[in-house]
Amino acid sequence: MLHTLAVLVENNPGVLARVSGLFARRAYNIYSLTVCQTENPDLSLMTIVVEGDTQVIQQVTKQLHKLVVVHKVTNLSNESIVDRELALVRVKVRTETRMEVLQIVDIFRGRVVDLGRSSLSIEVTGDGEKIDAFVRSMRPFGILELVRTGRIAIVRSES
Amino acid sequence: MQQTPSDSSYLWDEELQPTNHIFNGAKCVLQMLEEQGVEVIFGYPGGAVLPLYDALRESSIRHVLPRHEQGGVHAADAYARASGKVGVCLATSGPGAANLVTGIANAYMDSIPLIAITGQVTTPLLGSDCFQEVDITGITMPVTKHSYLVKNVNDLPRIMREAFYIAGTGRPGPVLIDIPRDVQAAQLPQPDPADKDKAVSIKSYRYFGKGNAGQIEEAVKALQASQKPIVYAGGGIITSGAGAVLTQLIDTLNLPIVTTLMGIGSIATDHPNCLGMVGMHGTATANFAVTDCDLLLAVGVRFDDRVTSGLHHHFATHATIVHVDIDPAEIGKVIVPDIPIVGDARLVLEEILSGLQSVHVSESASPSSTLPSQTENCKQTLTSLEPRIPNHEPRTWWDTIRAWQQDHPLRYEPSERLNPQQVLEAMVKIGGSDAIVTTDVGQHQMWAAQFYRVRYPRHFITSAGLGTMGFGLPAAIGAQLACPDKTVFLVTGDGSLQMTIQELATTRQNDLPIKIILMNNGVLGMVRQLQKYLNDERFNQIQLQANPDFVKVAEAYGIRGMRVEKPAEMEPAIRAALAENGPFLVDCLISPDEVVLPMVPPGKAIHEMLLGG
Repeated sequence: MLHTLAVLVENNPGVLARVSGLFARRAYNIYSLTVCQTENPDLSLMTIVVEGDTQVIQQVTKQLHKLVVVHKVTNLSNESIVDRELALVRVKVRTETRMEVLQIVDIFRGRVVDLGRSSLSIEVTGDGEKIDAFVRSMRPFGILELVRTGRIAIVRSES
Repeated sequence: MQQTPSDSSYLWDEELQPTNHIFNGAKCVLQMLEEQGVEVIFGYPGGAVLPLYDALRESSIRHVLPRHEQGGVHAADAYARASGKVGVCLATSGPGAANLVTGIANAYMDSIPLIAITGQVTTPLLGSDCFQEVDITGITMPVTKHSYLVKNVNDLPRIMREAFYIAGTGRPGPVLIDIPRDVQAAQLPQPDPADKDKAVSIKSYRYFGKGNAGQIEEAVKALQASQKPIVYAGGGIITSGAGAVLTQLIDTLNLPIVTTLMGIGSIATDHPNCLGMVGMHGTATANFAVTDCDLLLAVGVRFDDRVTSGLHHHFATHATIVHVDIDPAEIGKVIVPDIPIVGDARLVLEEILSGLQSVHVSESASPSSTLPSQTENCKQTLTSLEPRIPNHEPRTWWDTIRAWQQDHPLRYEPSERLNPQQVLEAMVKIGGSDAIVTTDVGQHQMWAAQFYRVRYPRHFITSAGLGTMGFGLPAAIGAQLACPDKTVFLVTGDGSLQMTIQELATTRQNDLPIKIILMNNGVLGMVRQLQKYLNDERFNQIQLQANPDFVKVAEAYGIRGMRVEKPAEMEPAIRAALAENGPFLVDCLISPDEVVLPMVPPGKAIHEMLLGG
């Protein structure tokens, strides 16, 4: 099962190496890793998607806690969250397919961010499944380039 | 990045100024070491630590010069093991730092508090592959508890204090501090010595002390309900200073106990309840008892594969497992315990003892009396507790255990040749009960673990987790410097000794009266044994054909020695070694056919031992 961990770390050089090194040497499987600054300039937030059963995730969490640079580890999979990824896709278009592509982009609430003579660059955000679905629906037209971010997530506020 | 010659020459110019009057990074390092109570450091000079060595001349700290950085780091490691303090070693950049790596990994695997200070190329040259540059913080990342690369001299006081705090607290471990040469030479305001008592505060670092009261109560109940309990004690007992309270617990409930290799000395090995070492070369009784027990009280251990044979599904399968460890990550890493307790071994064991007491007090006739203070009244109350362990049937369990001990003692066949076990027996007989033994790695190490009698914690010093050949001689140096008044034996082999034999010079230079007991069989015995049993005697690359005459080698270093070939010569040889004021080497010639038994072959559960005989 995939788990999303929010790891609050020192904002120092070498911190990423410590965290990724830990995953590598203990053979934990990272699906995605996103690092960003936080409101506090001394801290960064790593959102790590990792595969494993409960015992593995417990070990990952405990081992992360042992790193002196790690302040807090939260397993977001235990929480109600909103999670997002972002993808930029450059798709081949011809005059006769352009309208169909734009309609699909509209269905996925994507945006065209660059317009070329024979291609469109599209931005889509959403959870992983939505991005996967969008990518699948673009494939028949011909994907020229695809970049996507890792997952970021935020805990839902209590209603 | 382009480096112009003028950049580096500028740096040299600055360093070459008369610096006596200024307070620089190097002096700060020394002040911080003194502040931490460091008395000895093990270091090897070089270009990138020139300012540190200049500052050392005016320091009260004793500097010991090994003949290789690996010797220095192992000595610092063993100094920490013998003294309970943080060991400190120092090396220059590049090869100096890289030569520390094995020793740092060794300390990491055995959770030894160690500070490794390395010089580094100047900050403008960092990352330029310049002369004697290695990324030592990067190289050591997987084998340090934490590490620092100091880029700003003003961070030095904080970093030094943090490093000692991190190395010595919680589950101890090595901390590396990499200091570029220009940072050592840079000026900073002298730290206020009064600040040393200020508590170090690292927001993202904390460690556990007391165990959870509810869990401890569960453990107490489990102990009381158990018919076939056993204690499995490891290095955590020694680190936390829990030896005394452990022995008290063992005596109180008449519990049998097994130890790991790191746990040797946590209880006297000749205590009647101590069944010896558990695991791959453990005693048959220890392995049977752990397999058969219904309660395993595991304290300061990590269920290492040398103990469980890597088959944790076949390890203590009938037992309720209580796992006490200060490192939460060790709980559930290998075996998921029934009763996990995160905390300091000493504090938790004290609380378990006091829990046993409170049960007694609440059920006795004086319910109104307050709980007796643990330290003052412990003995008295606990003695009266003894008859009251209703479900515990010590006789039956102990009868079983004693029968195992009778049927499968540790033994050997005496012959005309000297047996390795006889070497150890002579040491036990003549060496006194307070001697410290350091070992190298291999067959001699396992024989020492099996046959030497260790009466106190911190008296058996061995490379357990990493199994580093070459650890022994430098370890003896560190232990002798930590305990100058004690007899220090080194039990080593001809393979291991040759990995760090240059430290005979360090031994001689510092007049360290180490008694080197060399088990010389002319082969890499442990590998030979593995090839014998696992490769059907297809021996390969285990002959040490061009071995030197070790007595002559010792003599060349100014160390007296003698050779022993017959059992009858062994005790006189140990007497001669102890009578010598300085170091002494006893070259004990033993047969290459000697094997360490029992032995749990790979893939077998620990009760499926080769017992021999």
